[in-house]
Amino acid sequence: MNALEIEDVWKYYGDFPALREIKLHVTPGSTVALLGRNGAGKTTLLRIVAGLSKPSQGDVRILGADVRLESSRRRIGVLGHGISLYDELSATENLMLFARLYDLDNPRKRAHAWLERTGLERVRDGLVREFSRGMRQRLAVARAFLHEPELLLFDEPFTALDDRAIAVLQTLLSEAHSRGRTLIMSTHQLREALELATHVALIHRGQIAYAGERRQEMLDDAGWLYRTYGDN
Amino acid sequence: MRDKVFYLLAAASAALLSWNLYKIFFVLGDEKDQGSIWRIFHFHVPSNILGMSGFIIGMVFSLIYLVNKNLRYDAIAAAITEVSLVFAAVGLVTGSIWARIIWGVWWAWDARLTSMLVCWLIFAGYLMLRRAIEEPIQRARLSAVVSVFGGIDVFIVWKSIEWWRTLHPGPVLTIRNGGGMPPGWQATMYWNLLALLCLAVMLVMVRMRQEGVAREIDSLRRMAHSY
Amino acid sequence: MAAFLRQSLIIAAKDLRSELRTKEALNASLAFSMVILVLFSFAFDPSSEQIQEFSGGLLWLVYSFAGALALNRSFAREMQNDCLDALIASPAPASALFVGKALANYGLLLAVELISLPVFGIFYGVHWTQRFWPLLLVMLLATWALTTIGTMFSALTVNLRLRELMLPTLVYPLMVPALMAAMTLTTDLLGGTPLNPENMIWLRVLVAFDFIFTALAVVFVDTVLVG
Repeated sequence: MNALEIEDVWKYYGDFPALREIKLHVTPGSTVALLGRNGAGKTTLLRIVAGLSKPSQGDVRILGADVRLESSRRRIGVLGHGISLYDELSATENLMLFARLYDLDNPRKRAHAWLERTGLERVRDGLVREFSRGMRQRLAVARAFLHEPELLLFDEPFTALDDRAIAVLQTLLSEAHSRGRTLIMSTHQLREALELATHVALIHRGQIAYAGERRQEMLDDAGWLYRTYGDN
Repeated sequence: MRDKVFYLLAAASAALLSWNLYKIFFVLGDEKDQGSIWRIFHFHVPSNILGMSGFIIGMVFSLIYLVNKNLRYDAIAAAITEVSLVFAAVGLVTGSIWARIIWGVWWAWDARLTSMLVCWLIFAGYLMLRRAIEEPIQRARLSAVVSVFGGIDVFIVWKSIEWWRTLHPGPVLTIRNGGGMPPGWQATMYWNLLALLCLAVMLVMVRMRQEGVAREIDSLRRMAHSY
Repeated sequence: MAAFLRQSLIIAAKDLRSELRTKEALNASLAFSMVILVLFSFAFDPSSEQIQEFSGGLLWLVYSFAGALALNRSFAREMQNDCLDALIASPAPASALFVGKALANYGLLLAVELISLPVFGIFYGVHWTQRFWPLLLVMLLATWALTTIGTMFSALTVNLRLRELMLPTLVYPLMVPALMAAMTLTTDLLGGTPLNPENMIWLRVLVAFDFIFTALAVVFVDTVLVG
């Protein structure tokens, strides 16, 4: 069974199709770099896969089940543009909130374990409002990994992060990869993305222009993919 | 086909309206208690009927939109609600003029007029919401939900203002029974309802076409910006 | 069902906890309600006997205006760090999100109301203690009506550019039946009239309003938040 199946997905804004007949099958354990220019539809597609928005047409299935089912949402970890944390709550309270929403046992223990893994154990009772930018980012990463999702959806994971957060994220990602988790990340930072990726999907004008394994040419020449499958 | 229906409706409403105006002003006489102002009922009552039923029909089309997500139904709902708002406004203004002549005040908090005003405000909010949202699908979705909430609220408003007024009795001669119009004269009012209905359908058709064009322009603009 | 309730309570607890930590909405609505109470004293003679006749109306204007401040922020506070996305992506359904937020708002509004009620009594010489329990019942029912409508429309307008402008124009006309019922009942109770068969009808209006709009909100909140 595929980790993710996107079947003939269309998304309209008014009469304008922002996504057109998107078809993408992702096998478990792969790391997919979702590439494309600004406005090509990367975020729109990721939001649909995360169940944050409904496709106008078509199906999205996660391990064979519809994405809006409660059981499917348990299997997804999302890290978007915002950090999705509450400023007025402490680090532990934030993680415990999500641990409870995902119905995990022993929320406090789980929260503390993840704070330790992201290097935040010393500020675990500090309010997020008082955190530095980098600390907030690491906490956001902890929140996305907290329920050990089988499918990770990251929208531009590296753009906003500082060095230490990137290091934490990379450790967690390679560990997740070794445990057979699936990752889909949208980005236009080609080199970092391509080094991590096992597969590449290029969205061009709302359509999948290329979907397949990462090839050597892409690593040697980052512009190759765009030149071959995009406009120029 | 659509054009033919449109011109047919225009001709029908023009002919009916002229005939009705002739009857209202030259054939039917003054009413014994109210004098000549009672003629305003020929417009007041049909406008209210059209306005009110339009809000409910608009809600039905909003529900249809929410079920099948076809933007055509959103355009129908928006057009009907907008035209209904105009008719409801005519109903309110004519009611107010009648109240000025008969009761000596512009606004007497008569039950029907008050309910009408509250409904008018609810659906004016609906139209304002539509103006505040640019993306057509989000606009359709959110305004449809508002229309459903508003349409259901209409019934509660109507009932409760009626109770409120029965507990605080108003003037005896109410606007609700047509001010006691002689039965023989009501026929003209129904003919005028038909004339205004033709006019309303015409306006709805114009608005729907505009909605369609506006959506097309919006999608072209999006295309131009994205490619 | 148990899971739904549990998730709602988690959300409610989260909202209350962060509100109690900053007390932003609480302080603002309390201060605002005091300001309105003072302003009313300039609108008419605060020491006159007439105050009994519209005390209920005054009180509910204070409650609904002050409440709107808290309700306004309910979903807006989720936008700050894109928290709403994380909540929607979680296993909790949108309806649990709605119920949780509504419960938190309900607690907040009731707290503001219970604090400003004695102040109202002192300022205007109103005997609010003589029929306190039926008054509390009216407050519980009518505040839930304000809360469901307010929370639902806070969700509906959360992504809009003109959020602060849209919310009151949409919400107050819809609340008319509930406010009317609450005002009538409260005026009776503050004036010493107990609940009786005649004003019981307003209690039924409140119960019906609560049930109908809670059901509608639970059904449509997913459409509003997700699509």
